[in-house]
Amino acid sequence: MKLRLAFCLLFLVSSVQAQTLRIGLAEDPDILDPSLARTFVGRIVFASLCDKLFDLDEKLAIVPQLATGYEWSADQKSLVIKLRSGVTFHDGEKFDAAAVKFNLERHKSMPGSNRRGELAVMSGVDVVDAQTVRLNLSAPFAPLLAVLTDRSGMMVSPKAAAAAGEKFGAAPVCSGPFRFVERVAQDRIVVERFANYWNKGAINFERIVYTPIVDATVRLANLRSGQFDFIERMAPSDVPGLKSDSRFKVARIVEIGYQGITINVGKSDQAQKNPLGKDPRVREAFELSLDRGAIVQVAMDGEAEVGNQWVAPTNRYYGKSAPIPKRDVARAKKLLAEAGVSNPSFTLMTPTTSDAQRIAQVVQAMAKEAGFDVKIQSTEFATSLNLADKGQFDAYMLAWSGRADPDGNLHTMLACKGPTNYAGYCKQDVEALITESRTSLDPAKRAQAYDRIAAQVSKDRPVIYLYHRNWLWAHNAKLTGLRTVPDGMVRVQGLKMN
Amino acid sequence: MGKYLARRLASILPTLFFVTVLIFGLQQLLPGDAAVVLAGEDQDPGVIAHLREKLHLDKPFPVRYAYWLGGVVQGDLGESLRIQKPVTELIVEKLPVTIQLAVMAMLIALVIGITAGVVSAVLKGTAWDYAANIFALWGLSTPNFWLGIMLILLFSVQLGWLPASGYVSPFEDLKANLAAMIMPAFVLGNAIAAVLMRHTRSAMLQVLNSDYVRTARAKGLHEHVVVLKHALRNALVPIITLGALEFGTLLSGAVLTEQVFSIPGFGKLIVDAVFNRDYAVVQGVVLFTATAYITLNLLADLAYFLVNPRMRG
Repeated sequence: MKLRLAFCLLFLVSSVQAQTLRIGLAEDPDILDPSLARTFVGRIVFASLCDKLFDLDEKLAIVPQLATGYEWSADQKSLVIKLRSGVTFHDGEKFDAAAVKFNLERHKSMPGSNRRGELAVMSGVDVVDAQTVRLNLSAPFAPLLAVLTDRSGMMVSPKAAAAAGEKFGAAPVCSGPFRFVERVAQDRIVVERFANYWNKGAINFERIVYTPIVDATVRLANLRSGQFDFIERMAPSDVPGLKSDSRFKVARIVEIGYQGITINVGKSDQAQKNPLGKDPRVREAFELSLDRGAIVQVAMDGEAEVGNQWVAPTNRYYGKSAPIPKRDVARAKKLLAEAGVSNPSFTLMTPTTSDAQRIAQVVQAMAKEAGFDVKIQSTEFATSLNLADKGQFDAYMLAWSGRADPDGNLHTMLACKGPTNYAGYCKQDVEALITESRTSLDPAKRAQAYDRIAAQVSKDRPVIYLYHRNWLWAHNAKLTGLRTVPDGMVRVQGLKMN
Repeated sequence: MGKYLARRLASILPTLFFVTVLIFGLQQLLPGDAAVVLAGEDQDPGVIAHLREKLHLDKPFPVRYAYWLGGVVQGDLGESLRIQKPVTELIVEKLPVTIQLAVMAMLIALVIGITAGVVSAVLKGTAWDYAANIFALWGLSTPNFWLGIMLILLFSVQLGWLPASGYVSPFEDLKANLAAMIMPAFVLGNAIAAVLMRHTRSAMLQVLNSDYVRTARAKGLHEHVVVLKHALRNALVPIITLGALEFGTLLSGAVLTEQVFSIPGFGKLIVDAVFNRDYAVVQGVVLFTATAYITLNLLADLAYFLVNPRMRG
């Protein structure tokens, strides 16, 4: 009898545990308010809390989530979105067109909103009927749908948002598959299954506990010891070790972001004081001294795809007229001789992470063969942002987490007034093409514009793009239903522990 | 003693005031603009301007200091801009974790350190003495970060006895709490035990050679009474000072150990806050730990009176 009771208890304990999904995050998320949120890791938590109007699939195609369909007007200055019916927020409030209007206006008007830039072209929202909204734009804006697959498309409960004001992020109320339970800063974020979720058949866990552990080795040790079921962003060097363990699986997908070296070509006077910023031939020589494939092999254990543009070569908007140049040290030396600088020296500002250090050292060694003297300046992130903003750098190694639409990887960095245009790059023809690429809804025309931009940017080299990392996830082999989407989010719909 | 206590208490307020100026002033020297860092990847100029206004970064230094001090005096340490939580709430949340870790680490350090120190002094020149010295050298030279990861690999990954990291409240599940805290407490305690052992040993050696110990022995007292009651009690004075200082350091958070074991204490809180330029959190936590440190030193001074009769006069 006692034995039977013990078995029953054991079964009960293990079934309760199986209903909780434990995810190890690489950082502690910031504010859990879609309007104010700023971090990549925060979006991973949002994926279980807040549904969006649209979502992305594995091929980066835009698919409806809280929307059921959309239609652009003939002049492409308004977008009509049909909404899903029968959806409620976690507080029981109804999701409808009025809620969408509230949310989009909140994104635009809330003080400190990070969404204002993305929705700048949206001049107003009309409620057509309970399940239909119309977004009016001041100009056609092709990236709009992609923007609505991210935080701008997340819908929060208007009632809860109005009541909590700017404190909403402390206990967010959305309409996603899980509702917020508690957050202990730097320790855990707990969410539990929302019983009235519109797609509840796809949800197989009762709870999710997100735990931030910054160190990749410790995160992995937690997975191996059974504390976690899933970890995001494992270190590339840990992949071979885990492959031999049948209890775990590794999943990967090439990111939508990039890793590159931004060069100060016009941000400040410093650009003209350095041969790299001053002379395009020196920049070309620097690029030709680099072997991207070797960088990826040595510094990333092969867990990245080489690239030379803001999108990966597999992306439909990759400019084919500007292919990845092969390493050519002889030509690099010739270019330096033509430029009249035999031994150019510059400082490469890098983040303090060990990955970044490794890459910088490989770059330094490669460039040296062509005659470059690269000085590595490892700089704490906040300080480096400040220096970049003031133009007090020669070259800056910077990663961008990426946006679904190529415009999100291009406009803010290379448009003349882009807020993260640290290179200080401004060319009227490129500016015109960027505007064309974002105002045209025709994919073929956009691809053409991007091709021409790529041709020009690859000559000017305000950024030398190096590669696109793999998002590396490791999980319990019993966990099935994982969808690898290039935006790096962990979608909980369909996840199941067998 | 009353006069002494009053004098010490009176010195606390100006010290604290000086600490506030120092904390606030030093933070201004941190390179990087808080608004730029907090604005995240997008660097929206509107967001940066909003944050600058909210943090009063557009005001001169004395005005910002006055804003902060005004809040502090009223018990308001401000709010974390990164996660939208009042700093006092964060301190209340982290304090029990940090205290528990500090107390456990200190207990481990005291038990190991003092025992090894006494044994090593009493049995000077024997194998026990050498063993204790080797232990101290090991404790002093082993980086916490490395030892932590090694313990995780052994006890969590290989043997599966203890959780690799994480924290459970003792009120929720005491056993799980102790299982989660024992490894980080040992890592921290191990390093302090080594320091304590060295100090205990030298203090004991000095005391054991003194006249009054010889007298005690001459009286025919048992050796353990001589060592534990007469010698150790006197040798404890420098050890208490050291212990209080180490305990104060533990209370300000053990950054690396907390990071490795994912213990949500002060160390993690403050490091994240510094990197994210979350000024209110940095200032609030540093002020709190400075106050705790000053208080602990005062308590240590008072403890001298209890262990050393000569100081009571």
